[in-house]
Amino acid sequence: MDKLLEIKDLHVSFDTYGGEVKAVRGVNLDVKKGETLAIVGESGSGKSVTSKAVMGLIPNPPGRIKQGEILFNGKDLTKLSDRKMQGVRGKDISMIFQDPMTSLNPTMTVGKQIMEGLIKHQKLSRSEARERTVKLLDLVGIPNPDKRVKQYPHQFSGGMRQRVVIAIALACNPMLLIADEPTTALDVTIQAQILDLMRDLQKQMSTSIILITHDLGVVANLAHRVAVMYGGKIIETGTVDEVFYKPKHPYTWGLLSSMPKLHGKSEELLAIPGSPPDLSNPPKGCPFAPRCPHAMQVCIEHMPDYTELTDTQKSACWLLDERAPKVEPPETIGVGGSK
Amino acid sequence: MIAAQGREKLLEVKNLKKYFNVGHKEVLKAVDDVSFTIYKGETLGLVGESGCGKSTTGRTIIDLYGATGGQVLYSGKEVHGVKEKSKKKELTRKMQMIFQDPYASLNPRMTVKDIIAEGIDIHGLAKNSKERQARVFELLETVGLNRDHASRYPHEFSGGQRQRIGIARALAVDPDFIIADEPISALDVSIQAQVVNLLQNLQKERGLTYLFIAHDLSMVKHISDRVGVMYLGNMVELSESDELYDEPLHPYTQALLSAIPVPDPNVERSRERIILEGDVPSPIDPPSGCRFRTRCPMAMDVCAQVTPKWQEAKEGHWVACHLHDDEYKHG
Ligand SMILES: Nc1ncnc2c1ncn2[C@@H]1O[C@H](COP(=O)(O)OP(=O)(O)OP(=O)(O)O)[C@@H](O)[C@H]1O
Ligand SMILES: Nc1ncnc2c1ncn2[C@@H]1O[C@H](COP(=O)(O)OP(=O)(O)OP(=O)(O)O)[C@@H](O)[C@H]1O
Ligand code: SF4
Ligand SMILES: [Mg+2]
Ligand SMILES: [Mg+2]
Repeated sequence: MDKLLEIKDLHVSFDTYGGEVKAVRGVNLDVKKGETLAIVGESGSGKSVTSKAVMGLIPNPPGRIKQGEILFNGKDLTKLSDRKMQGVRGKDISMIFQDPMTSLNPTMTVGKQIMEGLIKHQKLSRSEARERTVKLLDLVGIPNPDKRVKQYPHQFSGGMRQRVVIAIALACNPMLLIADEPTTALDVTIQAQILDLMRDLQKQMSTSIILITHDLGVVANLAHRVAVMYGGKIIETGTVDEVFYKPKHPYTWGLLSSMPKLHGKSEELLAIPGSPPDLSNPPKGCPFAPRCPHAMQVCIEHMPDYTELTDTQKSACWLLDERAPKVEPPETIGVGGSK
Repeated sequence: MIAAQGREKLLEVKNLKKYFNVGHKEVLKAVDDVSFTIYKGETLGLVGESGCGKSTTGRTIIDLYGATGGQVLYSGKEVHGVKEKSKKKELTRKMQMIFQDPYASLNPRMTVKDIIAEGIDIHGLAKNSKERQARVFELLETVGLNRDHASRYPHEFSGGQRQRIGIARALAVDPDFIIADEPISALDVSIQAQVVNLLQNLQKERGLTYLFIAHDLSMVKHISDRVGVMYLGNMVELSESDELYDEPLHPYTQALLSAIPVPDPNVERSRERIILEGDVPSPIDPPSGCRFRTRCPMAMDVCAQVTPKWQEAKEGHWVACHLHDDEYKHG
């Protein structure tokens, strides 16, 4: 498959009173045409910052891209002028944010908000844009779309607002859709509707999706590949099956183990002790070392390289070095085929 | 698991109602005729979608909100409308609450020591400042923090640590019953496990009873002996947690369970979901009869006319649905 997006050695920092916060520290990532890549990981690990960098939405100051390339169809987005980037945003790449209320304008009708992008990017006339807007609302499952276009966001429920946000994001048939916690603010029955919708739309339009979430259930449901972030770095990546059934990184083990299982009963959850690193003073070695039950001296001093386990799976952990002791994953990761 | 018989009832909630007046003479029935029992030493989980009345139920039980109707009995004695000061104080000591937001629920201008000791002071549980300090240190250690933390302020702590401070504050007055309202929702998965393990260990050590409110059903199942499911101000089902998850009776519980994505790609690929249509109706103008009927895939004519009774369909398994009522079950 062709690579639509390629992120190479991305570094993003924020200059704050407390010093430089190194939010993203050397991220490499690619997204192929028509696939869903999920980014998971601890709060503050750099998931949103990575995706904002792709959208050209890192606030400057305090933020800046220190290093790296973001190639979209071969073109480096970090080199584009603000004006050029505005042309990409909303047209080739669009984004769905976590909170549907803050991403909609409360003073503008829902219809107007969708039409805006169509008129700006697709150069449609007003009547063409209105027609397409009604079609889009219908596509995302809003009943009576011809009436609903004239209403304001507060007249919609949470789930319907998120559908509107998706409709706006899809208005110009983007090649890449970035969904940052698209269902976190929603209830599970509504979440199920939205996940279904996203899967259907992807099939119809073969959009590529970057899905950011902390919910591993949502990942298992929607993603083809997974990147696991910790402390500003991607520590493991692979297909969903590889990451869920044959994870190799102790943080991935911890993440899978600390979740309760809906089927069967476990006496105690395996908690990861401690808390994530302070990125204004990131650890020299593996960012997970202070919390890792298997950490060795080398882990504290040196960041491990990626070990390529298959064509699709890579993991950055010293345990994969041939000189390291053999460590088995805990049984508590316990999803299906792990044993 | 505790056997159904011979258990000591700690809390009895009978036909509890909490209505809010919301302008234009409109009434929002946040909790409407809810009844259940919590046994001593158990964890009762409470789940349901946003706005269904979980927090209001918890807050009304401990009299943070005055009940519109119904009764709450604690060890057989009426909780609401207690006039006698010393009795009232004793009740507020025995029943504590842990809140969802570990950021908002701690006073940013107070040190951790003073936050934790507030209840100790109110209830006069320490003879002198030395004893007070010793209590605080002991509590900090109990929740996995240390005495160096006592003189710091909340903003110096991570979310998981702040939630531990909230737990220490609740424990300070030596309660029997704790209502934990979404105590882990704001935390990372790896930190959630720390807090849940802590709550479970404390329960074992101190024989605490919990009402655990959350919308994460897998976590609720993990921690609860029994689970109650709410929908639009009503309790629709309540049973032992394994039974609820293995054999849910109410169509809403069935849909809720089928909607949760599980962290297992193979299971997700092969799963049949019950996708509910539409959204939760407004609690100001709820549907007649069964409140779930507008989204229920099994709704019958009677569901629009008659409110289903809350009854024990099987031993220890309560449900409010006409499908499980002998009178109506054949449509
Ligand atoms: N505008 C900003 N100014 C200063 N620091 C920032 C800013 N935005 C993000 N950061 C820092 O960058 C780091 C990564 O943040 P990011 O939002 O990417 O985390 P995340 O992985 O998306 O976490 P979450 O799961 O909580 O959304 C954090 O340490 C955060 O504090
Ligand atoms: N003080 C109040 N005044 C008016 N209405 C209220 C008040 N508190 C709660 N409500 C309403 O009562 C209903 C139940 O709210 P409650 O907070 O109990 O829900 P919940 O189940 O805890 O939801 P969540 O999962 O979002 O916390 C909602 O419709 C809510 O808007
Ligand atoms: S590199 Fe070391 S510290 Fe990091 S996860 Fe692997 S074993 Fe643990
Ligand atoms: Mg984020
Ligand atoms: Mg609540």
